[in-house]
Amino acid sequence: MNKYAERIYNGVVKENPSLILMLGMCPTLAVTTSAVNGIGMGLSTLAVLIFSNLIISFMRKIIPDQVRLPAYIVIVASLVTVVDLLLQAYAPDLYAALGIYIPLIVVNCIILGRAEAYANKVEPGLALFDGLGMGLGFTIALTLIGMIRELLGSGKLFGFSILPDSVSPIAIFVKAPGAFLVIALIIAVMNALHIKNNSADLVKGCDGCCNHCSKSGCQNEYKEDKPV
Amino acid sequence: MNTSLLLIIITTALVNNVVLSQFLGICSFLGVSKQIKTSLSLGVAVIFVITLSSGVASLLYDFLLVPLHLEYLETIVFILVIAALVQIVEMFLKKTSPAIYNALGIYLPLITTNCAVLGVALTNVQDGYNFIQSVTAGFGTAVGYTISIVLLAGIRERIDEASVPLPFRGAPVVLLSAALMSIAFMGFAGLSL
Repeated sequence: MNKYAERIYNGVVKENPSLILMLGMCPTLAVTTSAVNGIGMGLSTLAVLIFSNLIISFMRKIIPDQVRLPAYIVIVASLVTVVDLLLQAYAPDLYAALGIYIPLIVVNCIILGRAEAYANKVEPGLALFDGLGMGLGFTIALTLIGMIRELLGSGKLFGFSILPDSVSPIAIFVKAPGAFLVIALIIAVMNALHIKNNSADLVKGCDGCCNHCSKSGCQNEYKEDKPV
Repeated sequence: MNTSLLLIIITTALVNNVVLSQFLGICSFLGVSKQIKTSLSLGVAVIFVITLSSGVASLLYDFLLVPLHLEYLETIVFILVIAALVQIVEMFLKKTSPAIYNALGIYLPLITTNCAVLGVALTNVQDGYNFIQSVTAGFGTAVGYTISIVLLAGIRERIDEASVPLPFRGAPVVLLSAALMSIAFMGFAGLSL
């Protein structure tokens, strides 16, 4: 596998941001009430992530180390504003459905996490494909969760009624508790598969230190000298 | 005026709980809720930062962005203000009271990327709140965050002593606890305010 394809595989399967690294949980839980919303959020994040990775990689030798986080935040926030305005103009329904979670892409841990853990260390080509892989992984995870919640909670799939009228959907799955429930069960199933295959790595979240996260665990300098 | 401010606090802290029904600040909610003590410290730091940043963001929006017709820059301006504010608070605490800094300082960098902070600032603008209402809403939201993270930490301290089925260890059991808490908090939606 060449190194670019490896980045895609890494983002979608090996280090899936939502289901393995447990990054960007806020939108994962909040907007997955339907599959379409999941795709919309996923693709918006994908767009921001590709360009932020690319720009940060191009500027990695220019940005001084001490002010890198504020610099990244400005880059990401500008890109998010562009996406926000584009959605407002060309996809008003989706814009209304995603609401405040569009501007909140700025603080999505995946984006600053990838900038910090990967994009500022490699050449632009690799950073681009890393953003593509991570963004696709995020989109696929959100769509999957959205499909499960939409099917169970409102009996539809991508807006089309699937279940017969005699079956009443379980409304709690499209409400707040359903989000926690579905993701808990998905991760438990993945853990069960890992255990069956004797692979030791159970899904582990990052301990709240989004910007310093990669699969090897938390690298937050504040945590190393003072364990929380 | 007084009753409406009280209403804002109850709504933001309980009815529309920031974590359990708005899904903001999930990262730290799941990550820093292993012990009641640490989660309480984080909660206090969050109350401090959110209350302060809601006020500053509201002032900036009303007196800088609106007069200049730059409302569309709110995301960039707010996130920079929050990042700067967290830095200033950190430096201020380090200089003036090392005791508080030692207790809360380590959480401050985590708060910049806590989406609850930016979320509150943006919601306040959406709801058309003035300065006092924004500060109140910020305070209420942060209290709601603290309530839920401390409750979750209490549950997790007990889960540690239970024998959880292997596939559910770690993240799944925490998410399940959060789901049950979220069901309980749905009860507040029935409050007729």
